Amino acid sequence: MTAPILALRGINKSFGPIDVLHDITLEVRAGEVLCLLGDNGAGKSTLIKIMSGVHQPTSGIIEMDGRTVSFATPRAAQDAGISTVHQFGGTFPLMSIGRSFFVGVEPTRGWGPFRVYDRKRANAIAVKAVQDMGITRITDGDRLVGGLSGGERQSLAIARAVHFGARVLILDEPTAALGVKQATHVLRIVNEAKRRGLAVVFITHQVMHAMAVGDHFAVLIRGAVAADFRKGEKTREEITDLMAGGASMASLEAEIEGYMASHGGHPPPPTH
Amino acid sequence: MFIPSKTLSLGGLLRRPESGTFLGLAVVFAFFTWFGGSNFASPTGAASWLNVAASLGIIAIPIGLLMIAGELDISIGSMVPAGSMTCAIVSGHFGLPIAVGVGAALALGALVGLINGILVVRTAVPSLIVTLGTLFAVAGLLLGLAVLITGTTSVSLKAGPEAKFLLGQFIGGIYQVTIFWWIAAALFWGFVLHLSPWGNWILAMGGDRVSARNAGIPTDRLTIILFMCSSMSAAFVGLSQAILYNSAQVSAGQSYIFNAIIAVVVGGVLLTGGYGSVVGIVLGTITFAVVTQGIYYTGFDANWSSLIIGILLLGAVLLNNTFRKMALSYSPKTGAGS
Repeated sequence: MTAPILALRGINKSFGPIDVLHDITLEVRAGEVLCLLGDNGAGKSTLIKIMSGVHQPTSGIIEMDGRTVSFATPRAAQDAGISTVHQFGGTFPLMSIGRSFFVGVEPTRGWGPFRVYDRKRANAIAVKAVQDMGITRITDGDRLVGGLSGGERQSLAIARAVHFGARVLILDEPTAALGVKQATHVLRIVNEAKRRGLAVVFITHQVMHAMAVGDHFAVLIRGAVAADFRKGEKTREEITDLMAGGASMASLEAEIEGYMASHGGHPPPPTH
Repeated sequence: MFIPSKTLSLGGLLRRPESGTFLGLAVVFAFFTWFGGSNFASPTGAASWLNVAASLGIIAIPIGLLMIAGELDISIGSMVPAGSMTCAIVSGHFGLPIAVGVGAALALGALVGLINGILVVRTAVPSLIVTLGTLFAVAGLLLGLAVLITGTTSVSLKAGPEAKFLLGQFIGGIYQVTIFWWIAAALFWGFVLHLSPWGNWILAMGGDRVSARNAGIPTDRLTIILFMCSSMSAAFVGLSQAILYNSAQVSAGQSYIFNAIIAVVVGGVLLTGGYGSVVGIVLGTITFAVVTQGIYYTGFDANWSSLIIGILLLGAVLLNNTFRKMALSYSPKTGAGS
């Protein structure tokens, strides 16, 4: 097994008196997808923000390639090769695909103060980068980002991160707001990123999506890693139960089944 | 793989931010040519709205860029008289060379813009409130200092022939030289917004400031520079008017606040930022000037022009929204399915 690119060791985070994360230890390797599962409020977002430099851990260390690092700003994390793609793509809806792809690193032609933004080159590179990731429907770099579907926007953001040399890709609930077909597109892109040797951190609460691409799973409950296992070690039901706080989902099912058994197969009547 | 060529097409034109403005201007122009007759279409008629458009346009473009970047500057209402009074006091009252007066007015504009920008960036107070504060602060300071220094609220200014030639002459007796400054400003800002990489930064900043900063754009510095440009442009218009009319008054310029915002919004700039064009702002400015000046060439009472401006503003915004939706939903027909 290769050495991890990014490793968290004993990370704690508290905001004032509130402890949000307890002793989180996780590793991500190249060409591997780590799925971070957890219910709302489990601390997933805070953990991402620590990895992407938005927050600094209260204690614990972050290692990249075995060396201790600390990210003072999101920019520092990006420069180290950690790219974060947010739920809605984090892009600019009223900008063209080419322009938004190159925000901050615009290709130019010309000389001195007369350097001009090279629209043709930007569009060509952006369209090629997205198509290489498997989204062949994007052919015109002048289209506005806001006109793309949710899945296409995610794919564009992931293609951008890959193009600019990200080594660790953090995907914050990329499939949460998408339909079934769109989500499949995004999962395909995640697989493509993995195939290219990126380390992917995939945050979701949809177990199906996690199981489709994940190699390694970590379940967060109330700010702590409640389970850490590899592909094939747990079934879907077991993971769902874990996420819902252990036995509570199972006991709810047993309760309903018990009711139905004693009432001739009828579910409980709705209570008003 | 099929890549659509960039040829001129009706659909392509309609998807640009200034398309709604262009249609609005065409309607307004046709209306006043019809009712205003040959006087409106004459060189004198053209001069009347070009002169108004020029001084408004020099201010409206940087205001539009600020709006595209997601900010607003209403302190220009005080910066126009502040620019003309500073120039008139320095060069008229104290009799220093006109270049010193012009420099002092522009420096004051840079300073007020710097204060606006730093306050907006550091405090995160909405720029409308910050510049509302500086609008009143500068107006009060100007009135107080003018009375203290000169004893009046109106100062005369006799500029030399070079200054008159550059900033205060009527070409052909009717066209203000400001028109050429406006054209130069439009070309400069058009280059900045649409051709230079900075334009991309401005658009990105207005679209999503946090993402733009994370992408490495110096959003704070850019915001401050834009505020300085809008203040300096307002001071420039003020000082050129002082040179043109040989005098400056403390109270002249509040109308620029709303007029500039109308020109910019009619020009297709999105009030919340991230979308707009310099061509659109120029067309919006012309539309505004044609309505306010064209009314005098018709048989109507001039009081009706505000009504037309109001309806025009609402109509333009609705039209611009429609065209923006068209631009968003546009995708090339490549036959690749769904």
